[in-house]
Amino acid sequence: MTTSRLLGRLPVVHQLRQAVGLQRGMLVAGLVLTGVFLVLAVLAPVLAPYGYSQLSDESGNFGAQQAPSAEHWLGTTVGGYDVLSRVIWGARTALLVIIVAVLLSVFVGILLGLVSGYLGGWVDRVLVVVADAIYAFPTLLLAIVAAIAISGGQSGLWSGVFAAAISITVVFIPQYFRVVRAEVVRVKAEAFIESAKVIGASTPRIMFRHVLRNSTRTLPVIVTLNAAEAVLTLAALGFLGLGIEPTSAAEWGFDLNKSISDVAAGIWWTAVPPGIAIVLAVLGITLIGESLNDLADPRLRARRRGKGTPADAVAQSEPVAREELGEVQ
Amino acid sequence: MSTTTDVAADAVSEPPPALAPKAARGGGFGRYVLVRLLLMIPTVLILVTLVFFLIRLTGDPITAALGGRLPADQLAERIHEAGYDRPLIVQYLEYLGQILTLDFGNTITDNQPVTSVLAEYGAATLELVTYSLVVAFLIGIPFGLIAAANRDRWPDAALRVSAIFFYATPVFFAGLVAKLVFSVWLGWFPVSGRAGVRTELALGRDGGTGIYLIDAIRSGNGEYVWDVLSHAVLPAMTLGLLTAGIFLRLVRTNVIGTHNMPYIDAARSRGVSESRLIRTHAYRPALIPIITVIGLQIALMLGGAVLTETTFEWQGLGFQLAKYLQARDFVAVQGIVALIAIIVALANFIVDIIAALIDPRVRY
Repeated sequence: MTTSRLLGRLPVVHQLRQAVGLQRGMLVAGLVLTGVFLVLAVLAPVLAPYGYSQLSDESGNFGAQQAPSAEHWLGTTVGGYDVLSRVIWGARTALLVIIVAVLLSVFVGILLGLVSGYLGGWVDRVLVVVADAIYAFPTLLLAIVAAIAISGGQSGLWSGVFAAAISITVVFIPQYFRVVRAEVVRVKAEAFIESAKVIGASTPRIMFRHVLRNSTRTLPVIVTLNAAEAVLTLAALGFLGLGIEPTSAAEWGFDLNKSISDVAAGIWWTAVPPGIAIVLAVLGITLIGESLNDLADPRLRARRRGKGTPADAVAQSEPVAREELGEVQ
Repeated sequence: MSTTTDVAADAVSEPPPALAPKAARGGGFGRYVLVRLLLMIPTVLILVTLVFFLIRLTGDPITAALGGRLPADQLAERIHEAGYDRPLIVQYLEYLGQILTLDFGNTITDNQPVTSVLAEYGAATLELVTYSLVVAFLIGIPFGLIAAANRDRWPDAALRVSAIFFYATPVFFAGLVAKLVFSVWLGWFPVSGRAGVRTELALGRDGGTGIYLIDAIRSGNGEYVWDVLSHAVLPAMTLGLLTAGIFLRLVRTNVIGTHNMPYIDAARSRGVSESRLIRTHAYRPALIPIITVIGLQIALMLGGAVLTETTFEWQGLGFQLAKYLQARDFVAVQGIVALIAIIVALANFIVDIIAALIDPRVRY
């Protein structure tokens, strides 16, 4: 009993128990896909038959645009790399970017939202206007401009990962800012904050101990959805030629860009595998995020037929992050 | 939920407008339009400023574009001529002044006025985005209604999973696959471009609007119309489906939301049929958030257009942007991005006005 209680408190396990029917299926599918993605990313050196920038082995050069064969299951690219290896290594690059981008934007976004919402005044006004302006702007264009500013366009593995991650961060910060700020403004008016003030707690203590802890409920959903968006943005930047050099790391968007002319010539194996890798990675993460979001919203949660009372469902519910964000794209 | 973001943000700290006395609500529609119009200024200013300083972080545009290709003294001379050796703040103020007069400078790589690049290729992007919006509406709204009407049953499940699937598919990959299957393997549609060479020449000769479909119809030649349309099918479907998935989810969520309203129960108790409930009673109020979200979608579509145009070599602003990015011509990039910032602000303004016309509660 106690262990199952404790398990039920873990974020995803709790939702898994709550979900029924399609939503459960979506959540499980999402977890499986994301699991595969993580395994590929972590074990890339073991799983990939060749290195991401390997052009030859003992039997000589791989050759460019070779059709799939026993040596190269998915053929080779126009640059002469093994497609399968680059797809597997690409998971690692994507994961690195997700981690850096999400950590950075959560940290900066929460801090700004907290300060802005709690302290108010002109700082708040200015930050809200700036965040709204950035929020309304096409995310990809903003990421392009940021990528230019950070790396001047091209880069190696770590500089490339950071350039992509920071570009994505610039886009994400307003989202966290808005959500956290709205929550902070709401929590600030609660009685327990007032009592903390009366007791004489310092402003930073109130902010970080009392307000912050009560203002982050909706973040897991946004983090998941943003992780998916980070993969898409990274690929889009790579596709536009702002990505990471092929010799420094494997990046799916870059490989797709190189395959545009292959497609016109009917060569499918350079375009389809990295594309499917992007789709599956994004799909997996999005399915988790979507399920968490729907489960958190009693209006959207699939109803368990005949079991439990509506009151149970409402009691377990949390507000919708999606709405505060204005329907994440 | 809406693009009127400051409304959403302010609503938290200020008393709800509905509770305020009538006199304090301001002077109605005219005033609302004026305030919205004025609010565009800081938005555009912030974005343009951000873009300017971010791009200048990498140094001056001339070194970025031509560095290594010109001897150092020539490079310095060109930098001096273009005024890039002056203090940044002077350049910034000058840039703002230029934007006010709608002058975005000249591109570095091919020395064209950025404004003429914008005018020449903007029409192509406008055409693509319009087609895609039509596709998105035609697919997203009816299927969203179907999903809502069959909530939690198989049509809903299938539609929602495919909507997520379309979201997860990068628009450029969808484009490449469409091209591979329908153009290369099946040969149904042209591989790339906006029109065949002959059509393009014929339409360009008359000095038309730049929107090929209109030009082709005006030329009265059915062959041209067919050619233009067959080129547009794949790009429009690719970009349109991306947005259709978002519309679908939005319609579904909102119709389900309004479906729980007391007035729906009232209508049901009067014997209104379930399908009619969805089509008229629940659908109309659900439209308002959809219209407001279109503003955000236009921004998203412009981003998607950059990728779609690159995939299909559709000679629009996005294609040019990618070209200038690869040539590291940051004056051109800055100009295109600034124009898009203005378009986005305008689109949001128009959407806010439409929303206020439909729903008087939005004005405050």
